[in-house]
Amino acid sequence: MITNNIIEDASYEIMRRAAIDIPEDYLNGIKSVAKKEKEQLSGFVIESMIENYEAATEDRRPMCADTGLPRYYIKVGDKAVFDGGFTGIERALRSATARATHDVPLRPNRVHPLWRTEHNNNVGINSPEVEWSFEPDANWIDITTVHKGGLFGTDYRMLFPGDGIDGIKRFLLDTLISFGKRGLCCQPAIVGIGLGGSKDTCMQLGKQAACLRVVGDRNPDPKIAELELELMELGNSIGMGPMGFVGSSMAVDLHIEVGYTHTGGMPISVHTFCLSSRRATARIHADGGIEYRTDPKWFTPYHRRDTIGWEE
Amino acid sequence: MLNKVSLDLPASPEAIAELQMGSIVYLNGIVYTAREGVYDRILNGGDELPAGLASSSNVNFHCSPAAALQDDGSFNIGGVTATASFRFSKYLADWLDLTQTKILIGKGGLPEKDYKEILAPRSVVYLTTVGYGTGALLGRGVEDVEAVHWLDELGIAQAMWLFRVKDFGPFLVDSDLEGNSLFAQQGKLVNENIEALYDGLKEPALHRYGETRNRKDELM
Ligand code: SF4
Repeated sequence: MITNNIIEDASYEIMRRAAIDIPEDYLNGIKSVAKKEKEQLSGFVIESMIENYEAATEDRRPMCADTGLPRYYIKVGDKAVFDGGFTGIERALRSATARATHDVPLRPNRVHPLWRTEHNNNVGINSPEVEWSFEPDANWIDITTVHKGGLFGTDYRMLFPGDGIDGIKRFLLDTLISFGKRGLCCQPAIVGIGLGGSKDTCMQLGKQAACLRVVGDRNPDPKIAELELELMELGNSIGMGPMGFVGSSMAVDLHIEVGYTHTGGMPISVHTFCLSSRRATARIHADGGIEYRTDPKWFTPYHRRDTIGWEE
Repeated sequence: MLNKVSLDLPASPEAIAELQMGSIVYLNGIVYTAREGVYDRILNGGDELPAGLASSSNVNFHCSPAAALQDDGSFNIGGVTATASFRFSKYLADWLDLTQTKILIGKGGLPEKDYKEILAPRSVVYLTTVGYGTGALLGRGVEDVEAVHWLDELGIAQAMWLFRVKDFGPFLVDSDLEGNSLFAQQGKLVNENIEALYDGLKEPALHRYGETRNRKDELM
């Protein structure tokens, strides 16, 4: 049986890990970007970032003081048994967020959008966000937290089928250039592109593509996988590196997620997951045991639902 | 290799004059944080500057620390990261006159004309944090919290913090006393490539405001 206490413990622990320890895949990604960077200033910035990750892990302090907006992604196995109900899980997540904010410490970033009032603990109206997903034939619960920073680096546009790949490229360039100048989006970043769906799903797909897939992961559709690599190349050919300095390091990786959309449109969203690409996952097994990892494994075949779901 | 400098605070006019764009700087002494919350209270709300601020620090850091109040009343400072400075542009002239601040530290620099019109005439230079995310390295450089003002009124992120720092860095020198800026120079170099990136890519069917600034234009 999975109890609420276990859920809270696991959530608290991933809050700490996400804030402090850079995921291995992203670190390796940054290192390989650094090897290709020929410009002195850009190279110095990346080296400093790598030192910063080491300092964070050594001192157990957050890698970036803007600890972003903490949020959760929960995947519940069909056969998972837990005693507190779904609202119990959500309560555990709120409590873990408040405790971790004080203890790590995280910056209490969350304020009311109009009155700028806060509870000093990252908990408030509609926050932290909790997104749900389900998995057949599983008896575990996966809890992922993402602390995405960034007032910058995200945009949406309605393109049309005739705009084609050119339209996608233009929009990606527009977004990366506008937020890359002066390094507002803290590149080199994992770039996520959402294509299709309606406006809200398009935004969600792009964000999840940036935050919930690891460096090196490719979309299962081979043509989309190819497009991911091509667009990453394009991003790195802008001639811009970290902080908007001359360089070649814009994207550490680029992920595309798609959803069926209106026949007349091709909505697109672009998201950048910054130099502090903070994510951590806990799997809570049926016996209450907890395993930690940095790959959310969010986009399972069931999650993408790439077949209709019954025999045609 | 980039040039490396260690600077004692409050920084003397001579030391500031010697800083070169693109040099790496580490600081020793006291820096204070202030951003829109503090600026508004003092410049528009009639609050007084903390007594003795000018004599203890001439460095304004655009920063919100990850800090937490401990049971014994002290503060645990975790990470320390700059926030984007361009948003504070409209406060800066008055603020610099009032406080005699000579070094601004932040994320991303200022609009290009501000260096010439606001900073240079007041002998102020801008240092930028590196990569922006170096919160842990900067956190290491904070030895102590000297004082904190308006914590209750403004919260942790917006309060004015006075940090005693040692080997606090790295920062990069963005601007000089003539009002030149490394960001602006690098931006111009990057811009030389940009047009070519769009070569051969057809225009989208529907434009949007921003691509034209004329709100009377149709976008088709
Ligand atoms: S965007 Fe930059 S400042 Fe913000 S959380 Fe990411 S690394 Fe930190």
